[in-house]
Amino acid sequence: MKIAVLIKQVPDTESKIRVKSDGSGIEETDVKYIVNPYCEYAIEEAIRTKEKIKAGEPEAPVATVVISLGPDRALEALRTALAMGIDKAIHIDSEGKIFDGFQTAKILAGVLKAGAFDLIFCGKQAIDDDNSQVAQMTAEFLDFPQVMIIQKFDLTPDSKGALVTRQVGGGAREIYEAVFPLILGCEKGLNTPRYASLPGIMKAKTKPVEKLKASAFLGDTGPLTQFIHYQLPPERAAGKKLDGEAPQQAHELARLLREEAKVI
Amino acid sequence: MPNYDLTPEQDMLRKTIRDFAEKEIKPVRQQLDEKEEFSTDLTHQMGELGLFGMTVSPDYGGQGMDTLSYVICVEELARVDACQAATVAAENSLGIGPIYNYGNEEQKRKYLPDLCSGKSLWGFGLTEADAGSDAGNSKTRAELKNGKWVINGSKIFITNSATKITAGVTVQAITGEKGDGKKAISCIIVEQGTPGFTAKEMHKKMTWRSSNTGELYFDNVTVPESNLLGKRGGGFQQMLATLDSGRLGIGAMGLGGAQGAFEAALEYSKQRKAFGQPISKFQVNAFKLADCAMEIEAARNLLYKACWLKDQERPFGKEAAMAKLYCSEVFHRVANHSVQLHGGYGLMEEYPAAKFYRDQKLLEIGEGTSEIQRIVISRYLGL
Repeated sequence: MKIAVLIKQVPDTESKIRVKSDGSGIEETDVKYIVNPYCEYAIEEAIRTKEKIKAGEPEAPVATVVISLGPDRALEALRTALAMGIDKAIHIDSEGKIFDGFQTAKILAGVLKAGAFDLIFCGKQAIDDDNSQVAQMTAEFLDFPQVMIIQKFDLTPDSKGALVTRQVGGGAREIYEAVFPLILGCEKGLNTPRYASLPGIMKAKTKPVEKLKASAFLGDTGPLTQFIHYQLPPERAAGKKLDGEAPQQAHELARLLREEAKVI
Repeated sequence: MPNYDLTPEQDMLRKTIRDFAEKEIKPVRQQLDEKEEFSTDLTHQMGELGLFGMTVSPDYGGQGMDTLSYVICVEELARVDACQAATVAAENSLGIGPIYNYGNEEQKRKYLPDLCSGKSLWGFGLTEADAGSDAGNSKTRAELKNGKWVINGSKIFITNSATKITAGVTVQAITGEKGDGKKAISCIIVEQGTPGFTAKEMHKKMTWRSSNTGELYFDNVTVPESNLLGKRGGGFQQMLATLDSGRLGIGAMGLGGAQGAFEAALEYSKQRKAFGQPISKFQVNAFKLADCAMEIEAARNLLYKACWLKDQERPFGKEAAMAKLYCSEVFHRVANHSVQLHGGYGLMEEYPAAKFYRDQKLLEIGEGTSEIQRIVISRYLGL
């Protein structure tokens, strides 16, 4: 079985985001990058799936491959996945370009097709642009079934498909039985990602990293969406504190709601 | 030109251990400290990460890493909690170190795999009630009778020696006299459960409260002659070499602790307002923080250089003593500033500043006091 994991490197949520002065993107210099948290669930599930199969049948051929499209720094995210236990990495060099979700899906689909994967885990969305589209569009390009926002994953007894569960509104659950090849978008709660162990980090050094170029898979596919301009949300204005006794405060509050906030 | 970049593996190591310390240790550090409770659970988790036997060859279950990688891990643990860092540093340098460096093949095969996985711990019995810095004055004796060592005496302040998962200790004992009339000292392995051997947990500590400290008693403890570690009479040299390496771990604890106390101070002084502005805006406070940042930077460079020397297999004893001394004294100053910047809250255990302040003090006393470090350094200067 060949299992792929699609991951994205994103700014750490603790990094302070600053927009470039011309609004064309964010300043990358002081930003710390991490593996997108939802992609960590995908990595963990891929490793667990391999471990489970191997526990039942030690000689079973199972390979896990982690794939990321991005600049050179994406290598760091790939190394993290290798240190956690993935077997091989593919870095698709974005060659200095920024792609929209549609183009990203096109490129990933090309790489996945060449790899003939049975099972593909992704995060349900990336926490930087929160597009939540790439996995679905990749599935469409490949004509694979997809289930998004999954919280439970089990192989079927014949290992040719999976039972997956997704939470829907009101506490209800949808349970899908799907056959491979299959694309899954992972949600929090699916598992607890492991820490890369020290031996894992050392082993990662010697694991193969294949380098590909995005242009080779993009062809002449243009973007469907374009970023026009980045801006930060407006800063929240300071609150107002009302002084005086309760009756005066109530009076002042009503006046402000009517005259300034214009809500009553 | 020297290269100050860490390897990608060392970067990832730092990130991983920081992440682990923040998520798994930070939420429980205060509670464990209050209860003076050693956490077997955290120890096992640290074992799974590979934090024990870090520089030991994978042949014996170790991770085969370099000294700098080890020091980075201890630093990151100490940034959050001195106690867990102590468990790791003491185990690597004092528990595992002597067995790995001086044990014979059989001893290494027998003990190292479990110790390197964190399944069990090991103590190193050196200090006695009446012999600390003056280790040559220790009284514990081992006599060879009918092919067996009979050990009598006691040891005190022995880290990791009295946990539920401690598998045994290496004890330093007088095993006779040398030709020059001086005592011959040897290291002997004593397994947990050997009749006459007791390890008692020590409590009411001011510092490192959730690290395990034990008192050891040997009452006619009898072990096979083959439990001798290394050469008979080689114990003193083994101890000196072990402490040389151990100093790098203690240095890392000073550095990491200073970093943690500094970050707490920085965060607090940017939030706390007095006279209409954050207290960090007052020069008297800003200068304190600037000094802390500078001293931490200098401490890190000194410690990393000592590790680099060791990894290059060059002499590093002088630099290790300097790094141990400097890092622990920087931590002293930074922890003091951190409490001062926290004001009244710095005295309360709800804030981390107080624990950093308490935990700091051990580093100027344990594994060679600051005074002993100065003796070591001055001897390197030919004084």
